[in-house]
Amino acid sequence: MSAPMTNLYRRRLFVNRFNLVMSLGTMAFGMGFLLWILSILAFRGFESLSPTLFTQTTPPPGSAGGLANAIFGSMVIVGVATFISTPIGILAGIYLAEFGKAGWIARATRFINDILLSAPSIVIGLFIYTVYVAKVEHFSGWAGSFALALIAIPVVVRTTENMLQLVPSSLREAAVALGAPMWKVILMVTLKAVRGGVITGILLAVARISGETAPLLFTALNNQFWNSNMDAPMANLPVVIFQFALSPFQEWQDLAWAAALLITVTVLIINILARSVFRQAQVR
Amino acid sequence: MTSAISASLPMSADLPARTQRAPNPPSLNRGIPRWQDALFEKTTLFFALFVLGSLLAILIALSIAAVPAMQKFGLGFFVTDVWNPVTKNFGALAPIYGTLVTSAIALLIGVPVSFGIAIFLTEMCPTVLKRPLGTAVELLAAIPSIIYGMWGLFVFAPIFGEYIQPALTKVFGDLWILGPLFQGAPNGIGVLSAGFILAIMVIPFIASVMRDVFEIVPPVLKESAYGIGCTTWEVVWNVVLPYTRVGVIGGIMLGLGRALGETMAVTFVIGNAYRISASLFAPGNSIASALANEFNEASDPVHSAALIMLGLVLFLLTFIVLACSRLLLMQLAKGEGRKT
Repeated sequence: MSAPMTNLYRRRLFVNRFNLVMSLGTMAFGMGFLLWILSILAFRGFESLSPTLFTQTTPPPGSAGGLANAIFGSMVIVGVATFISTPIGILAGIYLAEFGKAGWIARATRFINDILLSAPSIVIGLFIYTVYVAKVEHFSGWAGSFALALIAIPVVVRTTENMLQLVPSSLREAAVALGAPMWKVILMVTLKAVRGGVITGILLAVARISGETAPLLFTALNNQFWNSNMDAPMANLPVVIFQFALSPFQEWQDLAWAAALLITVTVLIINILARSVFRQAQVR
Repeated sequence: MTSAISASLPMSADLPARTQRAPNPPSLNRGIPRWQDALFEKTTLFFALFVLGSLLAILIALSIAAVPAMQKFGLGFFVTDVWNPVTKNFGALAPIYGTLVTSAIALLIGVPVSFGIAIFLTEMCPTVLKRPLGTAVELLAAIPSIIYGMWGLFVFAPIFGEYIQPALTKVFGDLWILGPLFQGAPNGIGVLSAGFILAIMVIPFIASVMRDVFEIVPPVLKESAYGIGCTTWEVVWNVVLPYTRVGVIGGIMLGLGRALGETMAVTFVIGNAYRISASLFAPGNSIASALANEFNEASDPVHSAALIMLGLVLFLLTFIVLACSRLLLMQLAKGEGRKT
């Protein structure tokens, strides 16, 4: 009687141990790729990192140069996109959490927003191309910012709504009881209480759009020269990486690795910053 | 007091109307200018509708821009395997096939790995390591897609072509149905490498949804299973997974939606060839990579309309998949609300 029982028990233990080891293995698999990518990036990027990156513009094929125009262009395009998307995202988030609640408009918007959150970014670029670039008939920094803003808005909406829902109603009621109108209650009490969380959302949106390449291909395009005119094609790091990495010139490929390192480090730092802001806000 | 406040308001111009209403008991809201609140609510509503409308705007704008291609090719567009800008003859079969196959490969590899990671994070991981490791997995999603592309082309593809593809040919190459999939020149780039890199990119999305839904399983369910002597694996397989099945499927759909629309990483490694090959080692094309490679060079209106049509197909495809994902996850959340 006891012999088959022991066999069954052994088999169960074996299956358990085997699967848990596999689970550990998958975790190692994921971490392995993260470390592999980051170390290659650090290795190849640091090799071609130099002060001239920040002082010279992108070179013609076969000569040395820097990334100054692309770094500037990226900062401007992402900055403008953030500037556009933040108020839109926060206000839409306020509607969902404070006014719309369970009404059909709010429910539909929530649903569509969650889909836009994962919508293919290249299609967003295509959309801005058809409605803006094709109409004005030239690529421009503005178009790039519009495309990135459209990608950032859903992120801000989502986090703003989630954060506002965490605010206890007693806080709102207290403010209303003191005679404050709703808009003051929302902007100066509720929104202020979740400031940290909303900032997290904005930072995550910035991190998300800083590395986006596909929507910029048909909108901001690229520019070999220094350009601070938003109404003209503008250089930016992602598109420079795309064009330089696929080129046969060694100088260009080196610059692409340096740009890749810059962008990844920036994005990872913003991401980690966002998480720590969020954690601090929660502790408070 | 009341009159002092209302006198300062722009709305108090209609004093006669107010005096007529005087017999009414004084309302608490008398002092608060309601138009401000109404204006504020309408403003927020406007921006909520803006979000709602942007999806419709994308659909309409792309549909209008794709009209020349629709008129010229009709439904045949989806079943024709030609892509010839010179003769202006376009069919979407090859890029659609490439998109579906790379996403299928991504799920085939990504889902089991994500499942393992989620089990590790919820059931095995020491509490101190939970947060750092969870964050590390999410950072995998934060790395921009173009970085995956560069790494894939310059680092991964050579190794893949040198060691892994020959090994796959050796193991699977002689099987009677699967065999042809794993034959061909092992040059590193192609449909299989693109699918593999996509797998790594969707893992963080699927794994974090799985982790989140695993964590909502009521501890008492798991404890009672442990109480009758179940092993950890048996608890995961027979209690946690059935309880969260809907959410897990939602997470997989989310990963699928991401994989379908992923552009830059695929563009670097898929090889950019409008061809449907029996072998997974052969170069191919996905909808997104076709757009990234060709759209700016398309000078002919029919060519760009055909590409926009491809974009519309991609958008509708991801829309359906992501909508299913949302519906499933919402269903789980609703059930959760009822049970607790």
